[in-house]
Amino acid sequence: MKSTATLQLTAPGEREIVMTRVFDAPRQLVFDAHTKPELVKRWLLGPPGWSMPVCEIDLRVGGKYRYVWRHDREGTQMGMGGVYREIVTPERIVNTERFDEAWYPGEAVDTLVLVERGGRTTLTLTVRYESREARDAVLKSGMESGVTASYDRLADLLASTPARGRA
Amino acid sequence: MQAAHRLDTTFAALADPTRRAILARLASGRASVTELAQPFAMSQPAISKHLKVLERAGLISRGRDAQRRPRRLEAKPLAEATQWLERYRRFWERRFQHLDDLLDQLQPNPKKPGDRR
Repeated sequence: MKSTATLQLTAPGEREIVMTRVFDAPRQLVFDAHTKPELVKRWLLGPPGWSMPVCEIDLRVGGKYRYVWRHDREGTQMGMGGVYREIVTPERIVNTERFDEAWYPGEAVDTLVLVERGGRTTLTLTVRYESREARDAVLKSGMESGVTASYDRLADLLASTPARGRA
Repeated sequence: MQAAHRLDTTFAALADPTRRAILARLASGRASVTELAQPFAMSQPAISKHLKVLERAGLISRGRDAQRRPRRLEAKPLAEATQWLERYRRFWERRFQHLDDLLDQLQPNPKKPGDRR
């Protein structure tokens, strides 16, 4: 029965991405893994080669969170953060998200819902973007390639045109 | 803008389980509306509505046979859209596998499948 868990991903409507996955654990634990920095740092990783040196969470409505990933070899960093809008322990979190280096326009709103049945937890994460263009930009980037490609571009820019101002 | 709009209609078309099932059926060959309606507990007009959505998204087209007008799968837009979804899915799936490992470590007694309430 184990390892039957696969991630279902759909892009319904105009501006949303919806992910659903089952975890073999009670939902309080899954909730903790999303809200306790010492746990978040252990799984919310970037592409291989990136670590997560900064993970700050002020878990209350109106409180902020801040994540920074770092490429261990090249030292490049990628940060994101947002504000908690709703917190219902251990079943629901709504928060905003925005990347330091905007690779999609505007801010997105994440809704995390955890449902427990028979000791297993179904996680549904809905990310609602500000526009269809933003949502599709994220999907087209493939996330991983989008993030790494944007840093590759930045690295190229810094290396090749040191005298030029910001693009 | 045009491409973004097409992608959007494709994703919207793929978000429905009945429409995904219709596409899966068409992947094994052409079929008429009646044939497509058979496996579903759905009226033919309801199926036709789904077919219209798929057609607008460019995911299927109609054959030349005037009587049956069999639908067939249009592979290219489907491949494009699923490729994008799949890359994004893989990124998150890897993260969630790390979460699986973490949750295993946090549970003191590794349980056998099905022996929980």
